[in-house]
Amino acid sequence: MSSPSSYYIPHEAKWPIVGSIALFTFFAGFASLLNGGSWYLMAVGAAILVYMMVGWFGEVIAESENGTYSAQVDVSFRMAMMWFIFSEVMFFGAFFGALFYARTFSGPWLSGIGEGGASATNAVLWSGFDYVWPTNGPQKVGGSYEPMSWLGLPLINTALLLTSGVTCTIAHHAIKHGDRAKMVKFLLATCVLGFLFVGLQILEYWEAYAHLNLKMTTGIYGSTFFLLTGFHGFHVCMGAIILLIVMFRGTRKHFSATNHFAFEAAAWYWHFVDVVWLGLFIFVYIL
Amino acid sequence: MSTAAAGHHDHDDHGPAKGWTRWLYTTNHKDIGTLYLLFSLVMFFIGGGMALIIRAELFQPGLQLVDPLFFNSMTTMHALVMIFGVVMPAFVGLANWMIPMMIGGPDMALPRLNNWSFWIMPFAFLLLLSTLFMEGGGPAGGWTLYAPLSLQGGDSFAFVIFSIHFMGISSVMGSINIVATIFNMRAPGMTLMQMPLFVWTWLITAYLLIAVIPVLAGAVTMLLTDRFFGTSFFNAAGGGDPVMYQHIFWFFGHPEVYILILPAFGIISSIIPTFARKPLFGYASMVYATGSIAFLSFIVWAHHMFTVGMPLAGEMFFMFATMMISVPTGVKVFNWIATMWRGSMTFETPMLFAIGFLVMFTIGGLSGLMLAITPADIQYHDTYFVVAHFHYVLVPGAIYSIMAATYYWLPKWTGNMYDEKWGKIHFWVSTVFLNVLFFPMHFVGLAGMPRRIPDYSLQFADWNAVASIGAFGFGFSQLIFVYVIFKCIKGGEKATSEVWEGADGLEWTVPSPAPYHTFEKPPAQFS
Repeated sequence: MSSPSSYYIPHEAKWPIVGSIALFTFFAGFASLLNGGSWYLMAVGAAILVYMMVGWFGEVIAESENGTYSAQVDVSFRMAMMWFIFSEVMFFGAFFGALFYARTFSGPWLSGIGEGGASATNAVLWSGFDYVWPTNGPQKVGGSYEPMSWLGLPLINTALLLTSGVTCTIAHHAIKHGDRAKMVKFLLATCVLGFLFVGLQILEYWEAYAHLNLKMTTGIYGSTFFLLTGFHGFHVCMGAIILLIVMFRGTRKHFSATNHFAFEAAAWYWHFVDVVWLGLFIFVYIL
Repeated sequence: MSTAAAGHHDHDDHGPAKGWTRWLYTTNHKDIGTLYLLFSLVMFFIGGGMALIIRAELFQPGLQLVDPLFFNSMTTMHALVMIFGVVMPAFVGLANWMIPMMIGGPDMALPRLNNWSFWIMPFAFLLLLSTLFMEGGGPAGGWTLYAPLSLQGGDSFAFVIFSIHFMGISSVMGSINIVATIFNMRAPGMTLMQMPLFVWTWLITAYLLIAVIPVLAGAVTMLLTDRFFGTSFFNAAGGGDPVMYQHIFWFFGHPEVYILILPAFGIISSIIPTFARKPLFGYASMVYATGSIAFLSFIVWAHHMFTVGMPLAGEMFFMFATMMISVPTGVKVFNWIATMWRGSMTFETPMLFAIGFLVMFTIGGLSGLMLAITPADIQYHDTYFVVAHFHYVLVPGAIYSIMAATYYWLPKWTGNMYDEKWGKIHFWVSTVFLNVLFFPMHFVGLAGMPRRIPDYSLQFADWNAVASIGAFGFGFSQLIFVYVIFKCIKGGEKATSEVWEGADGLEWTVPSPAPYHTFEKPPAQFS
């Protein structure tokens, strides 16, 4: 714990209320869109949200570069980022939980395996259903499909993401030694790999929809496949954008060997995204 | 520190900003705490109004006042408002006000984030409450939003889901802030085991929130995609399972129950020693008991689902794990009693509410133990016995602790003593009506009256009429609470710094009312 002689307290935060209005507009707009309305309101909300983030982060970056923050503030930032990532882990946990539950429990029960009423359920409701993963259920929701193979694009994507973890770490070591130019170079490589990953993921989705008839509506397999990889892909996008901003800050002579919290926060986030991918690769694609 | 920081620091010495925008832009933990508490008070009356609509309809058998769909949306909204709009914000408000002062810190660790955590709440509830005016009415499938029933709602469905995401953002940010504050802003030299128990219980609560709110977000996201994007998470025809929703939901839901009660344990552990004029008995065991309850809360969720169909091993595991919770809870209850044992007790309003908590929360705890027994629960499930149980732990439990805390710290917040006579009247009137309201629910529940139904068989009529009378009595007696609070804000006998004779802790070393900024220089007694 740090022992400061006095503390830093910011004043008059004007961005939070903008953020609340943005999220309110976005959510209300999204809900109306789902109920058959137009997308305008949602777009306005998203635009205000981006405006808020640019403004708020801009203010914090300026304060950081002016040397406003003490070591204690730095620790608070680090803790906040750490526990934010933990909350993200739990969010993915819900979807992994759904995947494991469907594969271990619902599937076998629907096909009559298990104690209690499983065999009766199968005989009365889903007679003739044999469970093999991947499945789109006894009613073959979404029609016949081909599962996504782990060879090919997913394997290339794994290589891309793992390599980006390495380049990110090289960039981290560079800034720790004060070598800003090298940091920028390796961050650029990380971002390129990240966006390449997203591009290939889009290609994979296109292939799934166009050739494999594998869709979000393809029963529980399609549901878990697209929600897990989709939320992960979204996080890769966010992470890559954050890294890109950190890179541009590097070109503007931000960060030093001792003061580079934003870099580390982005790097932690990137590694988190990496680890989630490994989980996906094993449990969604291979097994 | 740099000169820029020093410039900022000079600015700190000013009081609050002028005008109404002070409340909109504030980063001060006391302002934000006040906002949370007032928000919670307003929502308490909105949620309470919904409860009175329910009780008015149930005063007599038959359908007389509202149509069944609206009745169902009242039970659903009453729960959502009371849980997410009253108890949680009230505890966060108390955390905001008290944690920085209790640990000798200047403010919360992340003051701007703190502002956002609060200012999300009114917007999130605008989104939620607006659904009552939509085509198809508000959500009516119960606050647990079980699939597939909840998927059949009207236009309100997507709004409810997003309002839950919205509140979740607030809860996670608020909890992260509390964790960072407790770990990073303590007075130099203050160890974790020197922290007041309210700080400890909130630290553990914050972890529960960070761990389970995202799981709720995941669960309701799956509901959303099932309804609008054709996924099959909770659709057996596609290989999913409606019961899976219940598992994911209650993995959030049971820790949530302890989110609603752990801070209450912290409050009671502050108040009882003060008025017994003895240090808390078994401080360390209280900390470990809180940690054990938090851990156990993650492995008991399926006791909400004993009747949905689970393997026998599952039923057994969840039954025994649930019963195990009574061990650390028992440690707490006995520690509070031991604290009072041979103390020089006085019975000011906070102490009355604390003792009320102790007695009636224990009643709720014991009915919980009955519900934990799987074969018995198959009989009790979805009856008014369950309603009686969780209202005994939430009303004289969570709500009483919030009221006790309000009376206890109100002199510190306002600088004035509250009206003791009216405070005591508030306690006694509330306590009598509360038992008139909730105790008969045990009887009708054991006799088999189902919950969430606007009508009932004739044999339940008498006790329902009694409960409804209790409900209106309890509801209107809360106006006394509002009266005492506003009278105290406006004036009254001046409070000393210490306020209570037996009070112990850093918050009692600063003047009353607490200055706008406290502990800008850390207190020295720990280093």
